[in-house]
Amino acid sequence: MMSMSATRVTAVIRKELAEFRRNRLIIITASILPLIFLVEPTVDILTIKASASTAALDRRVELSLFLPLLVPVLLPAILSAYSVVGEREQGTLEPVLTTPISRLELLLGKAAAIFMPAIAVAYLIFGVFVAITQLGTASAVATAVLHAPQLPAELVFIPLLAAWTIWVGLAISARVTDTRVAQQLSLLASLPPFALTALMSFQIIRPTFGLAAALAGGLLAIDCVACLAVARMFDRERLITGPQH
Amino acid sequence: MNPATIEVSHLTKTFGERKAVDDVSFGVARGEVFGFLGPNGAGKTTTVRILGTLIAPTVGSAVIAGIPLEPAWAAEIRQRISIMPESPGLYQRLTVTENLEYFARLYGLPGRQERMKQALEAVGLTDRAHDLCGSLSKGLRQRAALARTLLNDPVVMFLDEPTSGLDPAAAHEVHDLISGLRDRGVTVFLTTHRLDEAERLCDRVAIMNSTLRTIGRPDELRQQLFSRSLAVTTAAALARPDQVFAGLPAVQGWRATSSPGRGPAGYELTVTDPDKAAPAVTRSLVAAEADVLSIAESRRTLEDVYLQLVDDTDNTKARS
Repeated sequence: MMSMSATRVTAVIRKELAEFRRNRLIIITASILPLIFLVEPTVDILTIKASASTAALDRRVELSLFLPLLVPVLLPAILSAYSVVGEREQGTLEPVLTTPISRLELLLGKAAAIFMPAIAVAYLIFGVFVAITQLGTASAVATAVLHAPQLPAELVFIPLLAAWTIWVGLAISARVTDTRVAQQLSLLASLPPFALTALMSFQIIRPTFGLAAALAGGLLAIDCVACLAVARMFDRERLITGPQH
Repeated sequence: MNPATIEVSHLTKTFGERKAVDDVSFGVARGEVFGFLGPNGAGKTTTVRILGTLIAPTVGSAVIAGIPLEPAWAAEIRQRISIMPESPGLYQRLTVTENLEYFARLYGLPGRQERMKQALEAVGLTDRAHDLCGSLSKGLRQRAALARTLLNDPVVMFLDEPTSGLDPAAAHEVHDLISGLRDRGVTVFLTTHRLDEAERLCDRVAIMNSTLRTIGRPDELRQQLFSRSLAVTTAAALARPDQVFAGLPAVQGWRATSSPGRGPAGYELTVTDPDKAAPAVTRSLVAAEADVLSIAESRRTLEDVYLQLVDDTDNTKARS
């Protein structure tokens, strides 16, 4: 029996990151989407008049803080959905499965390779957004952004949402036979926790500390066991012998 | 014969109602180049995938490199073998070195750089090591894939149609590499459609079509399946071939192999011993005043053996 190998997991991470770097489409997608989700809310906040009412100000801040939350959902959904079925389509999965790598090692490596850049970009966007609003707006607006209750909550939810999306995407990618179907299903499957976060962000559901903590705890628990569940869904035989599109 | 590196016993694999591999048993000795032949859909690739621990057999057992083919030992087996699938399966956006380094890490190999260097040298790709795999020709990709299979210094190497789609020169290079592997004591399990390749490279071949049709050395198979014969060519058709070939020592029968008419005529004589039959046939032809163009022992190829066995299978299937 072979134990879990950090070398093999690291090898997968390095390979995945190298492939991302060389794929112009991924670079463009990973750059443009976050830029849109940075520029739009930043402009929105910068154009708020200092005389705006507190209610109007809070509403704009809510929306501005919500949009960057799409980054840890959209990017990982696309990348993770491609991850297994894409390799299968280009014929690179079978040689990998002939090596001693375990299902869990392969999936952990793939998940980590998506998780790291996704949350790095998401935090970068939040950081730049907060920095610009602090430097470029009236003190009332800057204070409203900095003290918005959504800010710390969303910082916690970024990695949790990203992890959820990645595991769901990998699970779908390991079961379907077409990349496009995988990406569509993955985007759909990432919506439920995202929608709940949105409802709290817009205070349709009152975001009490208890509710936010319960949701975060639930997502964390799901993320932790998801790797094992997805590894069980990863059926070598089905992936090798199943129908090709 | 060296001890067996692969022992397969009653291996069966069913996909739904279809039996892809049906009760197949054989052994492959250490250092042997073993050819696995059969038409499309005969179960060759399925057998390789079972022995490579990629898919589980429905029934049957096997021992690979001394390790039983069981799920608990799958990773141990994969550490000692390597498989080159029909498609090279290289990452097109990575260089040859990056591809090899990835797999060297997956195998957890010590001294990765040296292993990679040796593998690249073995396939003659050192000067293309830093090229993107997507920029290589099909032949070079096949070589890069072969280098990948050499990395872990495998005890058994499974090569699935390694020369598929290659031009003759590139195929020749792969043949030389396989011959080199035999010299290094690596057991090579080669599936191929190319019968000339099997005949040239393989110590033994198995011909299968879901079930194992036959197994043996190519020359043994020819002798098993076909009686020995002499091919006779004369400048013109013999007037009375019955009289010419009747009663000659070691000659059991004859048949014309060319249509009657003007020009050279051919005859095939079934013989028990060509060395004894040939002088007697020559004397008889000269006595009949025939102008003899050639007399030679007919040489059956592995292709004849293959076609005979596959035709038998098809006929059997058609009857059932």
